[in-house]
Amino acid sequence: MSVLIVDTKCANLASVGFAFDRLGITSTISDDPDRIAAADRVLIPGVGAAPYAMERIDAAGLTDTLRALTQPVLGICLGMQLLFDDLAEGGVVTKGLGLIPGRVSALDTKDLPSPHMGWNRLTDIADDSLTAELSEGDHAYFVHSYAAPVSTHTLAMTSYGSPFSAIVRHGNVRGCQFHPERSSDAGAAILKAFAAL
Amino acid sequence: MLAKRIIPCLDVRDGRVVKGVQFRNHEDVGDIVELAARYRDEGADELVFYDITASTDDRTVGTDWIRRVSRELDIPFCVAGGIDGVAVAGERLAAGADKISVNSPALLRPTLIDELQQAFGRQCIVAGIDTFEQDGAYRVKSHTGDPGRTRETGRDTLDWVREVQDRGAGEIVLNCMNRDGVRKGYDIAQLKAVRGICDVPLIASGGAGATDHFEAVFKQADVDGALAASVFHKRIIAIPDLKRDLAEAGVEMRR
Repeated sequence: MSVLIVDTKCANLASVGFAFDRLGITSTISDDPDRIAAADRVLIPGVGAAPYAMERIDAAGLTDTLRALTQPVLGICLGMQLLFDDLAEGGVVTKGLGLIPGRVSALDTKDLPSPHMGWNRLTDIADDSLTAELSEGDHAYFVHSYAAPVSTHTLAMTSYGSPFSAIVRHGNVRGCQFHPERSSDAGAAILKAFAAL
Repeated sequence: MLAKRIIPCLDVRDGRVVKGVQFRNHEDVGDIVELAARYRDEGADELVFYDITASTDDRTVGTDWIRRVSRELDIPFCVAGGIDGVAVAGERLAAGADKISVNSPALLRPTLIDELQQAFGRQCIVAGIDTFEQDGAYRVKSHTGDPGRTRETGRDTLDWVREVQDRGAGEIVLNCMNRDGVRKGYDIAQLKAVRGICDVPLIASGGAGATDHFEAVFKQADVDGALAASVFHKRIIAIPDLKRDLAEAGVEMRR
């Protein structure tokens, strides 16, 4: 099974590809709508600011393609946030891909430093093929200031000042707020499970 | 709960990892990728690579070794050294670095931090600050890779911390130069003072010599991570033992 990594023009593509290499899973990077639509598995990476990222995805002509995906999809970090209906970031509301209901907004870290950066625990892990190899309390590497709320789509949560969705699922579409490619064993388990869905 | 981070720092010169005492007398301590893999396996939470010759020799770090490191690591890493613009930073990030750290070039041209933040987001922009205590005041130095070219900047450390946060740095590494490489403990007083005004993650650097020093800096200065080099390179402290001891002492650690 191979994974197509979407070249969202706003992500560290090399790291994600290397992570699949380490697992012996074939991955390709592409921004071609036909190849993305035909892929077995589609991974949507992303870092940085949401308005800029959606602009880049629009400019690359990928928005409609990504909205129409029916195969297993995994968004990571900003790529996960972009799966939602909309994103309230930087004083504006950006329309997301609309693949998962809900709104991404600033994480209320209370009196803790922001961004939420470092290794934090995954808790309340729900049964799912993606999370089958995870254990309650496993650590994953996060770096973000915005987050999706805990909802019926939450597969695992994490708390930093406030609780938020660490892993989400809506039908064929899943997402991780953390970086699986930099999350040691827990991250490898997620990427491996995704390729095997 | 967010785990406190243990961060080995690898000073890179001419493709090798080196370490000196108070930034001088560098000795070779090994191959970059081999050391990175060793620290990954020992449970390091993150790695920082400083190309210590970059700012002083007016050149920038290459990207080939960054790709090799990125291929090996399943933990995050930060690259520092001579990053003086969006293009150079973009190359480092594209090669696989998770974060880039700026120091001397930002002191020469502070708007660099704004530009990097706008281009890549604050989550990957780290401000490295070399701070020196003199007569009870904390001052920032630049170009510390070469003692012959190290400059006083005239900047007050606390002012510079406020400024880099305002400009968009997402993390601060505070390297207390008086303590660098001498293993007498982190500069708790200075780190506490900075913590008091720092609302982004703060990483302590300079002075680690024993497990107690890590416990003290996490508990007393409430830093998010502690960076060290010589104690790890010379195997004075083994990371698995350190993390176990800190966890037993009640410091949240990644398991």
